[in-house]
Amino acid sequence: MSVTVRIPTILRTYADGASELTVDPATQTVAGVIDALDAKAPGIGARILDDGGSLRRFVHVYIDDEDVRFLSGLDTATPERTVVSVVPAVAGG
Amino acid sequence: MSLVQDTPVDAALSPFGPAVALSCRECGARYDLGAAYSCVECFGPLEVAYAFGTVTREQIEAGPASIWRYQPLLPVAPWAADEPNLAPGLTKLVDARNLAAALGVTGRLWVKDDSGNPTHSFKDRVVAVAQSAARRLGLTTIACASTGNLANAVAAAAARAGQRSVVVIPSNLEAGKTVTTATYGGTLLAVEGSYDDVNRLCSELIGEAITADWGFVNVNLRPYYAEGSKTLGYEVAEQLGWRLPQQVVVPIASGALLTKIDKGFRELVSLGLVEDAPYRVFGAQAAGCSPVAQAFDNGWDAVRPVKPDTIAKSLAIGNPADGPYALDVVRRTGGAIAAVSEEEIVEGIRLLAETEGIFAETAGGVTIATLRRLIADGRIDPTADTVVYNTGDGLKTLDAVAEHVSVTATVRPRLDEALAALVAEGSTTSEGTAS
Repeated sequence: MSVTVRIPTILRTYADGASELTVDPATQTVAGVIDALDAKAPGIGARILDDGGSLRRFVHVYIDDEDVRFLSGLDTATPERTVVSVVPAVAGG
Repeated sequence: MSLVQDTPVDAALSPFGPAVALSCRECGARYDLGAAYSCVECFGPLEVAYAFGTVTREQIEAGPASIWRYQPLLPVAPWAADEPNLAPGLTKLVDARNLAAALGVTGRLWVKDDSGNPTHSFKDRVVAVAQSAARRLGLTTIACASTGNLANAVAAAAARAGQRSVVVIPSNLEAGKTVTTATYGGTLLAVEGSYDDVNRLCSELIGEAITADWGFVNVNLRPYYAEGSKTLGYEVAEQLGWRLPQQVVVPIASGALLTKIDKGFRELVSLGLVEDAPYRVFGAQAAGCSPVAQAFDNGWDAVRPVKPDTIAKSLAIGNPADGPYALDVVRRTGGAIAAVSEEEIVEGIRLLAETEGIFAETAGGVTIATLRRLIADGRIDPTADTVVYNTGDGLKTLDAVAEHVSVTATVRPRLDEALAALVAEGSTTSEGTAS
């Protein structure tokens, strides 16, 4: 049940410069994907989640085109072949 | 974080003026000045840290009639004014006596009318600062994600400087913004999605090889870009005779404008350029996109994203990253944030036009309507001195008011028909027209 994760530029040092990684999470949720990602790119999980295990305030995670904050957050399901994007928040304007 | 820190740099020589570093607003981590916007440690937004030297009123007053008079307070080289740019700023502070009377304001009321900028919105200010940073950093293409006004500002600034521009917009923007941007030239990419989709797309484009020498003014140049909004604080204080207004009303999209006006005020105080007097900052949103107002009402520190649905497209950012900081400023200063309906926005546009001859875009309508709402609710003091910010020109958002106004009458080119129509309308009298 592999899932593709798109890595933002500032986190690619954890992933040997890769812009995408494919992972096989133990549980098919965003939290499971981040766990699996951290196993493959050690340290990256602590950049995405805060000390309490919540999504950091200035990071967005998208399932395909939907922000997981509009779905079920870290409990959002990530079926086979889902593309998960991690994107730093930018204020826009 | 202290506003004045480190050893003062010689702002007359440094390529970034008094700026010394980029600093994370969340965890305080510091980075060298560069094209970065997000903290590697915690994803927090980076902002410019300064080491100001001595700055005087006289020094500023002797400067150019543009934002460049504030160069000693901005992350730009002393020669920024001499490089090709749109020289924005120093727009009018209009003494709005008619609007004050209409709203029952007995204190003084001013409209800071930033539709007077070269491309008719405050975005010329931020782009000018970002364009300067792009030059220093060797970025040859300037780009942006835009709700429209920024698109105009980037495309025009690039045209003036002979640079390449790439502007990315939602495909449903007002014609007044897409047609003008396309006319300035450059690449204009329309995305079938919301502004938040566009913003995300640009964040992802940054990692691609094709953008290696691009400066996205509101993404990887954002720390510099946002500082340009401080000039809306500086100018108001200078135009009031070097003092802070007691109350300001500012539209909120990303929240950056509001926070930077406050930052500008605090810097003026810390540098001794104005007296340290209390002021209150009020925020304005459209009800159709009011994540910061909702957070304010609910007492939240974080902002819950929303899907925007409003005619105020320039404020239609459902996921405003500076929202938490805007909340901090409003709460710290004892202000408030309100959200107004689409009908109130149109009424706000018309009220400002009818009372002061200023035709604001929808964001200005939001701000005026919010002022009216906050006065009615007793949350703004009508006896205090107040400045409201109009950030853009109504000619770009004609559709918002087109169905609400019309010609008084249409007649054939005959005197009797014209007289009949004018008398019927009551704009004059038959005696008055006899001569």
